[in-house]
Amino acid sequence: MLPHDPLPRILYIDLSRRRFWVAERPDLFEDGLGGAGVAIRLLEEECPPGADPLGPENPVILAVGPLVGLFPMASKTVAMFQSPHTGNLGESHAGGRSAVAIRMAGYGAIILRGASPTPVYVVVEDDSVYFRDASALWGLRSSATVGRVIRERERGAGVRTIMRIGRAGERGVTYACVVTETYRHFGRLGLGAVFGSKKLKALVVSGRRALPVADRRAYREAYDAIFQAATDSPLMQKYHELGTAMNVLPLDAIGALPTRNLRSGRFEGAEAISGENLARNYLGRRVACAHCPVACIHLAALRIPYPNDPYFYKTVMVGYDHEPIYAVGSMLGIADVAGMLQVLDEVEAVGLDVMSAGVVLAWATEAMERGLISLKETDGLTLTWGDWETYIRAVGRIVDPPNDFYQALGRGVEHAASLYGGADFALAFGGNEMPGYHTGPACHLTYLTGARHSHLDSAGYSLDQRAAAKGEALTPEGVAETLLEEERWRQVLASLVVCFFARGVYTPEIVQRALAVAGILRSADDLARIGAETLTRKHAFKTREGFDPAQLRIPRRILETPSPLGRLEENFLRQAIVRFFMGTEANGQ
Amino acid sequence: MAKRLSVIDVDRCVGCQSCMFACARRLGEGGLAGACIGVRSAGGIRRGFVVVVCRACPDPPCARVCPTDALLLRPPGGVRLRADLCIGCGNCAEACPFGAVFWDRAQNKPQICVYCGYCARYCPYEVLALEDLTPPPSIRGRDGEAAGGGVRKEAPHAPP
Repeated sequence: MLPHDPLPRILYIDLSRRRFWVAERPDLFEDGLGGAGVAIRLLEEECPPGADPLGPENPVILAVGPLVGLFPMASKTVAMFQSPHTGNLGESHAGGRSAVAIRMAGYGAIILRGASPTPVYVVVEDDSVYFRDASALWGLRSSATVGRVIRERERGAGVRTIMRIGRAGERGVTYACVVTETYRHFGRLGLGAVFGSKKLKALVVSGRRALPVADRRAYREAYDAIFQAATDSPLMQKYHELGTAMNVLPLDAIGALPTRNLRSGRFEGAEAISGENLARNYLGRRVACAHCPVACIHLAALRIPYPNDPYFYKTVMVGYDHEPIYAVGSMLGIADVAGMLQVLDEVEAVGLDVMSAGVVLAWATEAMERGLISLKETDGLTLTWGDWETYIRAVGRIVDPPNDFYQALGRGVEHAASLYGGADFALAFGGNEMPGYHTGPACHLTYLTGARHSHLDSAGYSLDQRAAAKGEALTPEGVAETLLEEERWRQVLASLVVCFFARGVYTPEIVQRALAVAGILRSADDLARIGAETLTRKHAFKTREGFDPAQLRIPRRILETPSPLGRLEENFLRQAIVRFFMGTEANGQ
Repeated sequence: MAKRLSVIDVDRCVGCQSCMFACARRLGEGGLAGACIGVRSAGGIRRGFVVVVCRACPDPPCARVCPTDALLLRPPGGVRLRADLCIGCGNCAEACPFGAVFWDRAQNKPQICVYCGYCARYCPYEVLALEDLTPPPSIRGRDGEAAGGGVRKEAPHAPP
């Protein structure tokens, strides 16, 4: 690391005492690079065993990496915390301007400790930290309004991040998200509820530092190579044009698009909710995270008439991606694309993780069909596939629960099914709701074995699709090893906080070249070791907190509905799980 | 021929800020401290973006309010800083209605576009372009045709 690089500076913010201080920790960044590698080490330091996820002892770690502010697409912030959703490792990544703002304010990581007795929002401007009263913002109907108010009151337009929660976070829904720059999220595993438990309505960070480089010419050359690859090559094209929504039709075509709580892998309304149709009829704007030329963020412009007031309309801009489309589109049987966008808008306003919210509503719909719950539980709502207006009302009830049932829905399908039955079709893995792929065994193994139980941990969906295309047979051992290798490499990217969409650009060679510009010399072997060690540490943390791979629940539904690679076998999945965790223990220690 | 930076079509801006990072990199450093171009949302990202650049005014208000004449006029438009004369009063930054006079906090002096066009090379969406600046810009027609010609790619409603 170069002298004068502010990366090793860690900003501690104690919300209980309203104090802040900075500590220099070059050791952490030497060993872990940044991002996930540093965050897990800080979580080990900060999070006591068995911490109550919604107690003041649960820290929030926000970490960025050495390439942020130097190279494009190093644009993610890694958050780590104890998850109120799973009661174990919480890790969530978000883009927007978050990473650049933290780095430009002069920090490699920010740690939020304690809890404020009253609602507060915190502003970090370079070396200053301000604790602002947020009692008037608490309870606002929409997270977008929170953003607007703070945007108008605070400085740093253009070079700041405004991370905020909606009412779901205030109310402690365990899958509440943190919204940043209106359209990006720390979506999964309930960071929003942790913010809410700390009475932290928002965190604003801004700055515009200079960063040193080891060699000016090498910097420009490396930059141009990466920029060129991002903008000219086909590597990033799919994210650039239709966005991730381009996955909808191909997944539907092979029968891998989870539909109506995964009773099917095909959705008759796929064309309507496809990226193609959205681009044709609704795409209103494309935007980018800070320092990312790709601009994968797609916003639909939806004009909504007021039913009883002719010539009155509102136009809302709704962000869409594959996962939200799956979760509140095919999963809920909603083929009315305008209706689907309105559900998305409501989920955004209250600040829920849209993926979990969709799966929760899909489970509740099936539970109602099967008579496990009645109108008494649903508070008079008849949940029916495709009825988006009723789903919007149900979203409101999850956030403001009128009864025990909605209270239970606010803790996810795993919990709800434990009270009301229906575990066979409760689509959660390691306690986290299912992502939008039913491509074969590998995708589900990613959900099961991934440290975050996220499809992005090791991208098994891509392994399945490759196998299908080549007509190759997958073996439990083969899948386990491929996923392990992928998840390890992704620890390197997550430590550099390079967007996973740019993984094709940031090859090990490019990573080494970019790091050298930041004065960090690492061999390919060093990187591989850092990746393996980071994953091992994450698993060690999870084991400490009670995670046991043998206890992983495999929802029967994924075995019943055929995948493009045929019906899945529980034995296959169990064998692969065993093999995977043998690997995490044997290596990287 | 003197150049200036022009915002061709701000509606194509995705807010990636590649231009800002390019401007700082021009000085051989990373980060944003050196950037003389600014991209921010137009009141929330849903409304799109504002791109703040120096439009190289023929009669620049920043130079008019400088008490030490540290901002030299660059005919036919724009300014050049003589850092040795600047006392860091900040009048120039306040006088620019676009906010295109950025501030070098380390030196406590303004930092203003040098019309090199390096940023435009990194704009993936053709929002920015370097164009020839022909005198006098004030008598240009709305369609961008300068008297005597020579202005390429002028947007009807130029920056910011």
